Amino acid sequence: MAQYLILIYEDETAYGSDEVWAEASNAHARFAEQVPQVGGEIVGGAALQPTQTATSIRADVVTDGPFTETKEVLGGYYLVEAKDLDQALEIAKLCPAPFGGVEVRPVLDLSTMPS
Amino acid sequence: MLASTVRIAGSLDAAEECAQEAFVRALQNWERDGIPDKPGAWLTTTAKRLALDLIRRERTLRDKLPLLIEPDADLAPEIGEKPVIADDRLRLVFTCCHPALAREAQVALTLRLVCGLNTAEIARGFLVSESTMAARVTRAKKKISAARIPYRVPAEHELPERLDAVLTVIHLVYSTGHTAPSGDQLVRDDLVQRAVSLATLVHELMPDEREAGGLLALMMLTDARRETRVDEAGQLILLADQDRTRWDRAAIERGRALVLDSLRGGRPGRFLLQACIAAVHAEAATFAETDWAEIVALYELLWQRWPSAVVALNRAVAVGMADGPAAGLAAIDGLAAPVLAGYGYLPAARADFLRQLGRFEEAAAEYRSALQCTDNAAEQAFLRARLRALADVTGQ
Repeated sequence: MAQYLILIYEDETAYGSDEVWAEASNAHARFAEQVPQVGGEIVGGAALQPTQTATSIRADVVTDGPFTETKEVLGGYYLVEAKDLDQALEIAKLCPAPFGGVEVRPVLDLSTMPS
Repeated sequence: MLASTVRIAGSLDAAEECAQEAFVRALQNWERDGIPDKPGAWLTTTAKRLALDLIRRERTLRDKLPLLIEPDADLAPEIGEKPVIADDRLRLVFTCCHPALAREAQVALTLRLVCGLNTAEIARGFLVSESTMAARVTRAKKKISAARIPYRVPAEHELPERLDAVLTVIHLVYSTGHTAPSGDQLVRDDLVQRAVSLATLVHELMPDEREAGGLLALMMLTDARRETRVDEAGQLILLADQDRTRWDRAAIERGRALVLDSLRGGRPGRFLLQACIAAVHAEAATFAETDWAEIVALYELLWQRWPSAVVALNRAVAVGMADGPAAGLAAIDGLAAPVLAGYGYLPAARADFLRQLGRFEEAAAEYRSALQCTDNAAEQAFLRARLRALADVTGQ
């Protein structure tokens, strides 16, 4: 098994109403049920506060806001276990992101790095 | 050989190394002991043994190996038993054409690992520098191992999408060879041949996949005309002017039989429909006898399955052939042209219809636009000749 990070990029302004939130939370609950059914496992994950709460630091200079101002921003992530990329993609396709999309990144296994 | 070695070695790089080492050992052993009865089998077995050694040596480091597959499950029975070479090659094709890889990387990897072309040859085929192509291949291999792109034939439910990627890659190799985007020659035989052998392989390994049969038929039917598409000086000859007696009849018959065979059992897909169109052209004894109404109808079906701007343009041209240049021009002008900006066959098609309608100055302008869009010397020479002929007519 290998680990993959599923990064959820969406238009955060879409999450303005309680209805949308309720729908999203149902969708994510369903997702959590579906992942084991396709043979994967959710190891971790979180939803993030909106980008207006973000603070960026580069070369010790602290600035208000995210790194880049884009329409679709990182809004949450899941860390999942999957046996290969195909299974990870199968899981990622189930991940709700109605106002954007998701990016799948294999996690670098530090134990395999030259010391 | 590479395909069955990669199953054991677990990574493409390791498999390539084992295959090379097997060749080196063959040189040494065969010089000493003579060439074995089955040199191919000897090489494959040796490469697999080397891969097995490699795996054993690095067993403690197993987790550090970039694994394409889990090597432990069926490792032992593999050696000594009849290898399932066909399946292995198919796995390799599907890995190389995985949708997580960029299209250009899929093409490069397929030519490198399935066809065995070296990086310099692939770079020449696609007119990029060798270092660019080497970087492309390395990047793709790294992604395969880091992201664990699996080495397997996709499951039934994924197959339509995944097979389409494989066929698209083969078709792209073929098209690049059929009308080279640049260079002196219209046709690049090496790429055409590689594409045909790839399509043959996939069709043989997946005989029930009708689109695979369709793609192979399309190539056979198109390739049957190869000899007549340029004259002795390498100048382009249009379909209307080709010497049909020199078309490869045997290839056309094989292609037609394959089309008929593949048409059984449901609605045809985009490759099979294109093969049908190629078959209609191949069946016409003369250009004038071409069944354009049938071709328009086939393009209509093709457009429903594959609504691309290029298909729409081809349909419009066929309309012009069936109903006259005015109808053709109207059909072209009804297209959503912005998608086709920079696509030289759009102005070239308009130019032809305008010329037939006697609107020579507009036609000349369109030929000049078409000329801007191609770097292929044979196509450029053809368009310049058309411009000269127009200048003669208008006396300018």
